[in-house]
Amino acid sequence: MIELDNVSYGYGRTALFSGLSLKLVPGSFHFLTGPSGAGKTTLLRLCYADLRANSGKVRLFGQDAGNLTRDEVAIVRRRIGVVHQDCQFLDHLSIAENIALPLTVADRIADAQNNLAELLAWVSLGPQAGQRPPELSGGERQRAALARAVIMSPDVVIADEPTGNVDWEMSQRLLSLLIELNRMGKTILIATHDLAMIRSVKADVNARVLRLSRGQLVQAGADL
Amino acid sequence: MKTILAFIIGDPLADGAVPSTGVSARLTVFVAAAMAFLAVFALALSLTAGRLADSWADDLAQSATLRLPADLDQTNAALRAAVNVLQTTTGVASARVLEADEQRALLAPWFGPDVPVESLPLPQLIEILPDDTGYDVAGLRARLQAEVPGAVLDDHGAWREPLLAVAQRLRLLGWSVLALIGAVMAAMITLAAHAALAANAQIIRVLRLVGARDGYIARAFVRRFTLRAGLGAAVGAGLALLVLQAMPAADVVSGTGTHFGFVGLDWIWLLAIPVLSAIVAFLATRVAASRRLKEQT
Repeated sequence: MIELDNVSYGYGRTALFSGLSLKLVPGSFHFLTGPSGAGKTTLLRLCYADLRANSGKVRLFGQDAGNLTRDEVAIVRRRIGVVHQDCQFLDHLSIAENIALPLTVADRIADAQNNLAELLAWVSLGPQAGQRPPELSGGERQRAALARAVIMSPDVVIADEPTGNVDWEMSQRLLSLLIELNRMGKTILIATHDLAMIRSVKADVNARVLRLSRGQLVQAGADL
Repeated sequence: MKTILAFIIGDPLADGAVPSTGVSARLTVFVAAAMAFLAVFALALSLTAGRLADSWADDLAQSATLRLPADLDQTNAALRAAVNVLQTTTGVASARVLEADEQRALLAPWFGPDVPVESLPLPQLIEILPDDTGYDVAGLRARLQAEVPGAVLDDHGAWREPLLAVAQRLRLLGWSVLALIGAVMAAMITLAAHAALAANAQIIRVLRLVGARDGYIARAFVRRFTLRAGLGAAVGAGLALLVLQAMPAADVVSGTGTHFGFVGLDWIWLLAIPVLSAIVAFLATRVAASRRLKEQT
């Protein structure tokens, strides 16, 4: 589904990681941990073709991401829902319009009529549908970002520190939504530095925990 | 037609994805209005020059004048001989001797209406109108030289050609100015589109992250700039029309009946200005958006 094979990436002359490999099989659940600055966000961006690897191969649904045109990248991204750390909303649109944006840009806005109300209820944002993103709390914004990520019914959901700006209760709520998606067959990849949060859901989901440190990706130990 | 209508009506949700940028919106409307205003006058100049050239080409090419010197002895005999020559020349439809009143009218602009033409040594003029086939000018000159010595056949060629050339140059100048106006408008709209695309870089990034293709993103900008340019040009053309209507309806060249402005089917050109402006804006924004989106990966 998403496969990184011997991938290297660096900003300027600084290599962030090299020879890194990762394979996300359908229905799998992955946590990606590591210290700040280890390259978690960069790794995620490679996974949804927002960055191109300096070397190695990134395969998205069997296609070499390095050879995709901009329009082909757009099509691939419709199969990958992303919850960004900073949500990436359009502040001049309402929350409902932001959530429906992937359908709007795919000229499938008619589908939004059916999905939107259901999705807003799923993330408990029905009353906030008409509000603008800056009017929402951090937790509400993250839930709205999750709703936008799944509105296209993607095969993969990638979340970058989805619980970074919310309290414990809200982080548990967001994680339970992601686990629910995994049970529906979605492949989940979550980047987080919050190990306590991973521990809290280990019993609920068969998750693989990967640690990115010093340019290497390793399976996290039993100490987690 | 259906596609054009869909383009004009647009999709409110898709359009809403990109907010309207105030400065570039106002700039586009203003530039389109100003350029359309200038274009109307350039068009009027070009069309008027064209009409003038056509008028001179048609009217003057159809007539010639035979001039019999005033001091010619036996004027009446010469006149009869000249008329006889003309009437027996193939291709001459009519040969009419100008009356004293007509000669007076010709001189009136210079000497006033009361010129005693009868007492002045004025040459006798004969207006010659050719038929559809026309006559052999060189042959007629040779016959006149033999039968009416001193008579001068003036086919107006000596002064018609330079005037025609001037009118045609004016027409060309008008079209060149129009092309220049179109190019300036395209350049200004390209700049405004680039500014709008740069101002919306973050929005474009978000749209791309949620799976928007370049065509979708470009469409929002292209549609907006096209409609603004069309609207601005309609306003500018309308204002120019009011100014044209307020101008005195004097002949550009006295007596030719040629007014500065639009006549008959010329008005279609005026209606075409907003449409052409919109097409220029459509193409300029499309190219700008395509280039910008390619750079902004």
